[in-house]
Amino acid sequence: MKSLEELMALRDAAKAKMTARDDSTALTRVVVGMATCGIAAGARPVMNKFTEEIEKRGLTNVTVAQTGCIGMCQYEPIVEVTEPGKEKVTYVLMNPEKAVKVVVDHLVNGNPVAEYTVGAIKK
Amino acid sequence: MRELSLNVLDIAQNSVSAEASLIELVVREDRRAHELMLGVYDNGKGMTAEQVAAVRDPFFTTRTTRKVGMGVPLFKMAAEMTGGSLSIESEVGVGTRVEAFFHTDHVDFVPLGDMCSTVVMLITMNLQIDFIYRVQVDGSAFTLDTRELKEILGDVPLNDPDIARWIKDYITENTANLTEVQE
Repeated sequence: MKSLEELMALRDAAKAKMTARDDSTALTRVVVGMATCGIAAGARPVMNKFTEEIEKRGLTNVTVAQTGCIGMCQYEPIVEVTEPGKEKVTYVLMNPEKAVKVVVDHLVNGNPVAEYTVGAIKK
Repeated sequence: MRELSLNVLDIAQNSVSAEASLIELVVREDRRAHELMLGVYDNGKGMTAEQVAAVRDPFFTTRTTRKVGMGVPLFKMAAEMTGGSLSIESEVGVGTRVEAFFHTDHVDFVPLGDMCSTVVMLITMNLQIDFIYRVQVDGSAFTLDTRELKEILGDVPLNDPDIARWIKDYITENTANLTEVQE
């Protein structure tokens, strides 16, 4: 059974890691819409997938955050990716599978997945 | 909503918006009586009597991006579909208490689903807010208080990947025989 004692050991390990990495480099932000519309459309598994994949690939320069209603409820789940110095990319109608592709193509390799963006759907 | 835990996530976002510093999430089940209570309590800015009355109305919202607010009405509907009810108590400057009551043996009862995921997400996405998660099923109970965790962790944040995973496992293990995944 997990216990609070175990957490102390984890804390020390986490501390060691924190000092080892430098977070001052510019951060990429992944923001998931988590208002009623987003949640009902499946934002929670999408966010979980982003967190999981980003951790798995050791992308320490990427943060995942949530926001309220972005204003296009029919296109939820919506995810915005903002890289420093670049224009924001808005992904719509997301699901966990698409999230993996966005992590690999966009966050790892720097190529936004055009077909999932709001620009592609509005045409 | 496909799971009640998603409604809880949604309702708790209102507490976040209300600038609460402490949010309590409660799951209380009496299995013999087939009764479930889901509570979201906060110490946020609260609502006036008029706002409390209006919040059940889907066409009332404080948001500016569109004209409807479905969070509370959806939660209320999920409860009432099972013959249950929803209550909201609120006081300006004190906080808000939302409680939904369900009859779990009703055919229209929506499963609770992945409460652990809801709780971990709220904790890791709102580091400035303290959370209490209480699960009480018949005679057994489990409580997680992030203030206790923060005391142990010091300056290591709750959203550190290893810490977040530990919280998830800790909740899962300790509530495994409490929260069902009801078929």
